[in-house]
Amino acid sequence: MCLQADDMSTNCPPSRRAPVRPFQGGGRSAWRVLIAAALLLSAPARADPRAGAALARQGATGAPACMACHGARGEGQAAAGFPRLAGQPQAYLLKQLEDFASGQRKSPQMEPIARALGTRQRRDAAEYYASLPAWSAEAAPAAPPSPAGLGARLATRGNWDKGLPACFACHGRDGTGITPHFPALSGQPSAYTRAQLKAWQAGTRGNDPQGLMKSVADRMTDAEVDAVSLYLENPASGGRRP
Amino acid sequence: MSNGLRNWLQSQKHTRGFHPSWILLVVAATLVVAGLVWIPASLVAKTEYDRLPASGAAAARPPAAQPGNIPAVNERPGAPARQGPRTLRVAFSPPQADAIPGGEFGAAVRLGRNIFNDTQTYARAYVGNGLNCVNCHLDEGRKADSAPLWAAFGMFPAYREKNHKVNSYEERLSGCFRFSMNGKAPPPGSKELMALMSYSYWMAQGAPIGVELAGRGYPKLKEPPQPPDAQRGKIVYEAQCALCHGADGQGTRVGGRYAFPPLWGKDSFNAGAGMTRIRNAAGFIHANMPLGKGGTLSVQQAWDIARYMNSHARPPDPRTARS
Ligand code: HEC
Ligand code: HEC
Ligand code: HEC
Ligand code: HEC
Repeated sequence: MCLQADDMSTNCPPSRRAPVRPFQGGGRSAWRVLIAAALLLSAPARADPRAGAALARQGATGAPACMACHGARGEGQAAAGFPRLAGQPQAYLLKQLEDFASGQRKSPQMEPIARALGTRQRRDAAEYYASLPAWSAEAAPAAPPSPAGLGARLATRGNWDKGLPACFACHGRDGTGITPHFPALSGQPSAYTRAQLKAWQAGTRGNDPQGLMKSVADRMTDAEVDAVSLYLENPASGGRRP
Repeated sequence: MSNGLRNWLQSQKHTRGFHPSWILLVVAATLVVAGLVWIPASLVAKTEYDRLPASGAAAARPPAAQPGNIPAVNERPGAPARQGPRTLRVAFSPPQADAIPGGEFGAAVRLGRNIFNDTQTYARAYVGNGLNCVNCHLDEGRKADSAPLWAAFGMFPAYREKNHKVNSYEERLSGCFRFSMNGKAPPPGSKELMALMSYSYWMAQGAPIGVELAGRGYPKLKEPPQPPDAQRGKIVYEAQCALCHGADGQGTRVGGRYAFPPLWGKDSFNAGAGMTRIRNAAGFIHANMPLGKGGTLSVQQAWDIARYMNSHARPPDPRTARS
């Protein structure tokens, strides 16, 4: 049999080998740029971050001002466990609003608010919050740096003995997110992170693509959930691979 | 204790001499003892105990292999044996990075680890694409079934089909630089190779030499029910892989670096790399991808995606390009 056509050590007829063409770059990318530009120009209604800002400040019919819960600069509210929105990927924020609206993601607070918003308003809000300054290790508030230890280890290295990748493998270096699908975790109130991890474990949050986050959360112990949630609040110190 | 047995014991108290039941008892006891001896013996035979190197053999079977300890005999009698003379599979678990010692040697180990995890920064001169060693050897080169370093170190020097000669471990490392990293081999004895050797050696301390450890290399995946097909592979790729590696296989960049590595194209491994063998790629993908969900694809899906991945253009094989 010639299934090993890929295997150089077998004597399969050359015709059955997988064609491996040498790389030819360029050419097509110019077209891509042109097409992208054309699409951008012809897009009917661009999301408007200024409309989003107004929404955040004043709210809309049926939707209270986002600021009331998510903070004046989208920084969230640590005590209440309301999430930080500032600097999250636009696509991620939009998806969450759509999932709240459709009931794919459950939240007694956010479902009615997302439903009260039109498609256009959801895009504006997502655009606005994505444009606000993201958490960064340098600009982190003077909060005490998170302790190194279990939480830091999970975030930067994971625990492969039980198949758990590093959080930062998917959520980016220093947990600052990977646009468009992977939200930032750093700077997020620990109560929020903890609640989300528990929600995945309990099956009450299930809107993650390919069940990727569910398979991570399911492998975590309570102690690991606590440690990593605390660590992610301010991973400024020891956040890189030690 | 059952009633019958109690009655019988009672009756024994009143019997002075021989009772016929004793025969039964003795025969039963003999059988039990024989069984106790025979079962472990047969288990040991199945794991080819006799091929264990003299020192490790005595370590009967501690519950789990301790980091750096003499490894335990793997209790999977049915584990698939690899080709070659050493079919014994031994479990070993490497030490954690926190255990890297201090001093000059520790510094070399640490540099090796940095090169391995961040080849782009620490061995830039020898890399010709966008990858890091750790992309294909997960968990800093520790994860079983992704060709971990601790399982490789004790298996060299070895003859390789690839270049038809006996390769030192140093030469094996260089192979991944030339092909997987599409770069050039660091000179023998260079600080990069010395650091990677130190890192591997440190991780393999306590493991036997010349013995196939469980989890070495990429697993040999079963043959697929149907011949691998790139068209089917494309469909699964788009559903399972494109989120991170991109619909165009070009990975995802953040700040000029790859957060998710490219699977084909100019920044990926070249046409001479081990990963271009569908068999290797299918084994890796099945065991390790999608990230964090290893083992969830079917055997057929893994072969199909591997075929699809390797049907794309990538940098040429430096051996054929030169001639
Ligand atoms: C009454 C308080 C409240 C108000 C007002 C509010 N939110 Fe929220 N929001 C929440 C809470 C609580 C959550 C977390 C839900 C959960 O537990 O899953 C949340 C979550 C979100 C998320 C998901 C964040 C993430 O990281 O996944 C988005 C996006 C969001 N809100 C947008 C908005 C917008 C836009 C507005 C204004 C139109 C708004 N919220 C107003 C309380 C509020
Ligand atoms: C295999 C990839 C992957 C890994 C590894 C991973 N995550 Fe996630 N995570 C995701 C994805 C994808 C989402 C977005 C889910 C969605 O779109 O609703 C997510 C979302 C989250 C959220 C919700 C964020 C928000 O704003 O609502 C939290 C909290 C989270 N992850 C924590 C973690 C922690 C802690 C770890 C490490 C223990 C981790 N993740 C590792 C893929 C991953
Ligand atoms: C594109 C993926 C890829 C990258 C990147 C890569 N390797 Fe490899 N490596 C492989 C494959 C495939 C094998 C063969 C696995 C097998 O035989 O089952 C291998 C084998 C090895 C082995 C021998 C393993 C054994 O058990 O015999 C070592 C050592 C090694 N690689 C080191 C490195 C180093 C060091 C780097 C970075 C300079 C690196 N690799 C980068 C794919 C890769
Ligand atoms: C959640 C994101 C994610 C998904 C989904 C995912 N991968 Fe990966 N993949 C990664 C990351 C991250 C690495 C590098 C691992 C590391 O450096 O620790 C990787 C490495 C690889 C590599 C070796 C490196 C290279 O560039 O060749 C291959 C091959 C691969 N993935 C194939 C796949 C295939 C096939 C699928 C779909 C079945 C898939 N991956 C799904 C994140 C992902």
